Amino acid sequence: MASGIQVASPVDVALSVRELTVSLPEGMERAYAVENISFDLKRGQILCIIGESGSGKSVTANAIMGLLPKAIRVSSGAIHLDGMNIVGLSPDKLRSLRGRVVSMIFQDPLSALNPLMTVGAQIEEVMAAHDVGTPASRRSRAMDLLVEVGLPDPQLMYHQYPFRLSGGQRQRVMIAMALALEPAILIADEPTTALDVTTQAQILQLIRDIQRRKGMSVMFITHDFGVVAEIADSVVVMEKGQCVEQGGAEQVLKSPSHLYTRRLIAAVPHLTGKNRIPLETAEKISILKVEGLAKTYRSGSALFGTQRIVPAVNGVTFDLTSGRTLGVVGESGSGKSSLGRLLIKLMECDGGSILFEGRDIAGLSETEFRSLRPKIQMIFQDPFASLNPRSTVGHILTVGPVAHGTAYRAAAERARELLSHVGLDTGAFDRYPHEFSGGQRQRIGIARALMFKPKLLIADEAVSALDVSIQAQILKLLDQIQRETGVSMVFITHDLRVASQICDEIAVMHRGQIIERGPPSQIFLDPKSSYTRELVAAIPGGQPGSMSQDESRLGHQRQGETL
Amino acid sequence: MSAFLLNRLSQSIVLLVIVSIIGFTVLNLMPGGPLAQFGLDPGMTQKDVERLAAQLGLNRPLWIQYLDWAWRLIQGDWGHSFRDGSAVLAVIGRHLLATLLLMGTSTALAIAAGTWIGIRGATHRYSLFDYCATVGAMVALSVPTFWFGLIGIYIFTLKLGWVPAGNMYTIGDGSVLDYLHHLILPSLVLSLVHVAIWSRYMRTATLEALSQDFVKTARAKGVSERRILLKHVVGNALLPMITLAGMQLPSILTGALVTETVFTWPGMGRLFLDSLGYSDYPMVMGLLIFSAILVVLGNLIADIVIATVDPRIRLG
Repeated sequence: MASGIQVASPVDVALSVRELTVSLPEGMERAYAVENISFDLKRGQILCIIGESGSGKSVTANAIMGLLPKAIRVSSGAIHLDGMNIVGLSPDKLRSLRGRVVSMIFQDPLSALNPLMTVGAQIEEVMAAHDVGTPASRRSRAMDLLVEVGLPDPQLMYHQYPFRLSGGQRQRVMIAMALALEPAILIADEPTTALDVTTQAQILQLIRDIQRRKGMSVMFITHDFGVVAEIADSVVVMEKGQCVEQGGAEQVLKSPSHLYTRRLIAAVPHLTGKNRIPLETAEKISILKVEGLAKTYRSGSALFGTQRIVPAVNGVTFDLTSGRTLGVVGESGSGKSSLGRLLIKLMECDGGSILFEGRDIAGLSETEFRSLRPKIQMIFQDPFASLNPRSTVGHILTVGPVAHGTAYRAAAERARELLSHVGLDTGAFDRYPHEFSGGQRQRIGIARALMFKPKLLIADEAVSALDVSIQAQILKLLDQIQRETGVSMVFITHDLRVASQICDEIAVMHRGQIIERGPPSQIFLDPKSSYTRELVAAIPGGQPGSMSQDESRLGHQRQGETL
Repeated sequence: MSAFLLNRLSQSIVLLVIVSIIGFTVLNLMPGGPLAQFGLDPGMTQKDVERLAAQLGLNRPLWIQYLDWAWRLIQGDWGHSFRDGSAVLAVIGRHLLATLLLMGTSTALAIAAGTWIGIRGATHRYSLFDYCATVGAMVALSVPTFWFGLIGIYIFTLKLGWVPAGNMYTIGDGSVLDYLHHLILPSLVLSLVHVAIWSRYMRTATLEALSQDFVKTARAKGVSERRILLKHVVGNALLPMITLAGMQLPSILTGALVTETVFTWPGMGRLFLDSLGYSDYPMVMGLLIFSAILVVLGNLIADIVIATVDPRIRLG
């Protein structure tokens, strides 16, 4: 690993990390956050650091910025910024480097800007902090930067407060701040993870453009191999604080040498564009038939004329037969989660009908619907927040059925059965949620949903919070469960690649409406609407199977013949 | 903004009506009533008492008494004291200045000291200073104010002779310096509890602000720690404190009950206690409504201030 790297001459290397070890305080899972890692960021290149949560990639970035929390210290090794070793520099010296020689942008642009300061003031602050320019020159520079990062109407934007901006615009402001003093190195810590897929594509484009124009060196931290494929020149793969593989992007992506890298790449949900093989057993019983479903959010007061009306779900129509999965995809604010909540009646709809096994449940009262509740179950997004930390897993699983009249003994027996079925030890029954990892908790969540032998599962971003390797396992589990039980599923996700893995049919939502509905082969290879085309084009990591547009059309026809 | 104010105003009126009805009812549930004190007076016959009740309108049904009182209140007539017949509003006005002087000083002290202690406790978390501030706040909160008052008088008046034991001014003097001299001990004693509360809240709010991502952004920009604290942390930390300050406003009236008694300060707290003792219903009701109005005003002012300083609310 480290021995394989030639020490490049400082002229070509903007950032060089040598045998860096960062120790964790005692009593943590492991002794070191990162252990003995070495890599170089060449001038004018983009280096991607990829790894799952807990791999130490963010700690590495913070060490380079001199921003490690007090409890975590660099215990050995060197970090050369422009030829200067910054390990052990005084806080004041480090401060003078930050923002000037090396800048950083963060994952969540919503919280990374001060809500009480205007955009312009926050950009100027970088220059003021390093005593660059006069108030007037800083102001004009800030305007230029706003133009440079592609924000519309810089005059207006300058005086705007962050809450008025969209996520993508805020990330552009962050980039403008990072560029203000033309630093040699930009560190981007998962800068597109919190963004919608089309916005992500734009921000990636912007970072690449700026990097090329300025000849900047970029260290880009991500967990997404699709993003790596989009922008990386070279790649460092990290696992549990170790650097397991590094090399050129082509080489690492096409012929990974380390087992972990191979596993990671294999786990990345690829856009297949292939249709799912339907269940053989499936008799086509209609489970769910939704017609003209509508929900409008009203806020503020009608009395004083401050009412705001947002149509969240608008005339949604679809049907779902037994044993099939309908994917609902869309960007944030498209109404997909509202739709999920309407289907399980966590929220009353304003119009339309929801025929569940032929019976309209839209107008049912809570008491009338209660007997049907067991048949429609939900799997939630956040496996940490959706399990009561004070209940044992056994209690979490059995409390619902017992409330619906099942004897505790029978419920407990089924719970143990299901736990082993979803791949957990039956001993999990007596343990508490905090003893499990995110993926295991999601398995508990799935077991909980299955306790009632439901006819319909609603999975709202059920794998979004998980690392890719865990994601793949959970998707496999859901697929297996569906094949065994014939349960129908509405799978809500923002990730089109995930949707392409598990869905028989996909509905694309945009502004509360279903824009397009069809099998994955249609949605991904031959989208009918321009919005769907835009969404698919924005997916990082290229088109299905890296086929060009023409080839993919052919591919679709071939599939059309075989399926 | 005007729609917001209109909305709040209508809510406030409903609140005041409810408070006044509850207050009036509870007051009249007390056994005896305002004329009970004459019951044992050998110079008053049963007839005299009945005549007095008729004169004061106390023989009417309770709800008529209430409506009569409320109607006069709306017209600006807060009634007259049973004790000496002086107008309620005038009496409140006389005592208000004394209370404002004491409470204003101690609140200002408390906010200034509490803010500083809270911020320093957060930036130097788990330091000796932080531990001392935590323990100090616990002591100040758990020991009754009057005890601090008595200890203060014992040490600074009896032993050291630095400050007077009570009253607002020396009769015959009444210079500004004399007022300040009398003000020192009671305002310090009063501010103890408020410093404790304020510094605890401020510490939490500062820690919360320090953990925000935008603080990390500022560090990544190379902004100095001092400026980060002043420009990014304190501003955001003070936002939730505005609501707390708004809730402190009515305590300018009620918070001084005990301390004013200990230091024989001629303020609203003592007026309230005395009026209760005399079953001076018009006075008690007047004070009740007055403090309810202060609660409403305090919250309203806090909301307006928050709306002014937070662009998310001002422009959103």
